[in-house]
Amino acid sequence: MSERVAPLLDVRDLNVAFSGERGTVHAVNGVSFQLEAGRVLGLLGESGSGKSVTMRALLRILPENRARISGSIHCNGRDVLALNRRDLNSFRGGDVAMIFQDPGVALDPVFTIGNQIADTVIRHKGVSRQVARARALEMLDLVRIPSARRRLDNYPHELSGDMRQRAMIALALSCSPRLLLADEPTTALDATVQIQVILLLRELQKDLGMAAIFVTHDVGVAAEISDDIAVMYAGRIVELGPARDVIKRPRHPYTRGLLASTIHAESHGARIAGIPGSPPDLARLQEGCAFAPRCTLAGPECRLKGPELAQDSPGHHFACFRSMP
Amino acid sequence: MSARPILSVEGLSKQFVLRSEGFGVPPRTVQAVSNVSLDLGEGHTLGIVGESGCGKSTTARLLMGLIRPDAGSIRLDGREIDRSARGLTEFRRYVQMVFQDSSASLNPRLTIEASVMFGPMVHGVARPAARAIAHRLLDRVGLEPMRFAGRYPHELSGGQRQRVNIARALALEPRIVIFDEAVSALDKSIEAQVLNLLLDLKADLKLSYIFISHDLNVVRYISDDVLVMYLGEVVEYGPAASIYARPTHPYTRALLASMPSLDPDRRTTAPPITGDPPSPIEPPPGCRFHTRCALADEVCRSAKPASSSCGAQHFVSCHMLDPRSGHRQAGQP
Repeated sequence: MSERVAPLLDVRDLNVAFSGERGTVHAVNGVSFQLEAGRVLGLLGESGSGKSVTMRALLRILPENRARISGSIHCNGRDVLALNRRDLNSFRGGDVAMIFQDPGVALDPVFTIGNQIADTVIRHKGVSRQVARARALEMLDLVRIPSARRRLDNYPHELSGDMRQRAMIALALSCSPRLLLADEPTTALDATVQIQVILLLRELQKDLGMAAIFVTHDVGVAAEISDDIAVMYAGRIVELGPARDVIKRPRHPYTRGLLASTIHAESHGARIAGIPGSPPDLARLQEGCAFAPRCTLAGPECRLKGPELAQDSPGHHFACFRSMP
Repeated sequence: MSARPILSVEGLSKQFVLRSEGFGVPPRTVQAVSNVSLDLGEGHTLGIVGESGCGKSTTARLLMGLIRPDAGSIRLDGREIDRSARGLTEFRRYVQMVFQDSSASLNPRLTIEASVMFGPMVHGVARPAARAIAHRLLDRVGLEPMRFAGRYPHELSGGQRQRVNIARALALEPRIVIFDEAVSALDKSIEAQVLNLLLDLKADLKLSYIFISHDLNVVRYISDDVLVMYLGEVVEYGPAASIYARPTHPYTRALLASMPSLDPDRRTTAPPITGDPPSPIEPPPGCRFHTRCALADEVCRSAKPASSSCGAQHFVSCHMLDPRSGHRQAGQP
């Protein structure tokens, strides 16, 4: 990650806390990372690790009255946390677009696919309806929806699950965003469909020169699509580096445990060396490393102070006092 | 399958009739399960894999006697199950089930202790004895009774709730436990803990498992035998080692090739098959997979493939395996 050009996305010391009945939930705690144009970052973690909240903070789509966001987010030359409502509307969908696990969230059931894409294009690009319709058709072709012209006039419920997913991708990409945020977009899909969507996204990302952040809990999906992988635990990035390094030479004990828990071809017959215990309650986070209570390497220093991300090899960072190579 | 079968199923079929869509319009039917046969060996684990709509959950519900099959037989220890209310109660002592949704399958108004005690009490065990059983089992699945017995389901995490469901399934000392996507909703680190627990319980309590999942890696890990289903039919069936080493049906091959690679240096380059699985409502004629199969020939569109053997106890329903089927690549898959 070179220092000369400003990266497309620069997140520094991002904190997100939710106030609720149970007290304050610290969902994201001091997350910093940069993403250069055209790169894909895989955000890997289990439920409650803060990966989805981080994504939502980048688009500022968290409930404003309950979520407290601090730190800084700069994207494509804009200070995201300082944007006013009008600029925010052009930022969302224009500079940055998001796709979700459930296309039902992103597609409006009462408008046809063609109209939804066209309306978005008109809003962001100020073109005529005719031009916008042509763009919609072009997008449906791009995501390889068969007989795209006919599909323009379909409502979301008339499409199969895999087509709806493709239509949502077409909608997200229709205004040529510089950054695509993908929140578990393939998790609900069948295996044979999941791999098709991953390959499509990989190809589009490359062809359109777009950067992407891909949130997933599945190591396999992260390995298939990411240039770099960030592993999150209890709202912090505990390891960050090139996908190859993180998967083949994990340094953080949590990453190691997660990989050991991931069952693969060679696991048969052996016991799985998983991680004992369960993730911490984010409303009652203790001082020190959040993983320490489940960590076999933890010592007294781990309970006093949280380790910072430190560089291992070029670009490969991890946050642990005790890990040996 | 070399072990003595504890559960034998032959020709199991179930179709659901949908509501007619208008006056005079003939109602459509869902061919949920068509002609499924399987044997569960004593002490073995049979994995069932397939995508949505392939009939794996309907198969599980048929095996539990939760729904009545249209055709076929289910035999426990060689005896056909008695479908009277009393017969089914008796049958379910021996066959228990754990579902995917850990909270939907627990009564929110019962403490977990009461949930585990419920089964034994229905079967005539006195309350103190049932409580003792519940405490022993909660302890066995890793939930200290002192801390957990009095809690309600919403006070537990997903992984802990699934442990309660496992304890409850074991309370009647069953011989067979059916897991329907029972670990799919859990995080990986918790899934690994639960799988370890399942293996320990199976060895200690001499159980036999039917393990239904869409996760091929997990099925490979836990299963002795594997059944691959597509749109309600069995397309391939055999020892896990043989199926994973030599997947033979084009669908099984595509399914295995669709698993994401765990190696960033060896990524998948082309999708093994395209499109969605079609709807099980009025499925395609002939071989139900022909609409997505790159190797489909004339015969596949009209005739149902027979089950052919392609190795020790390894069966495949594909015309290419049958030299007389008329498929252009028959006999040379």
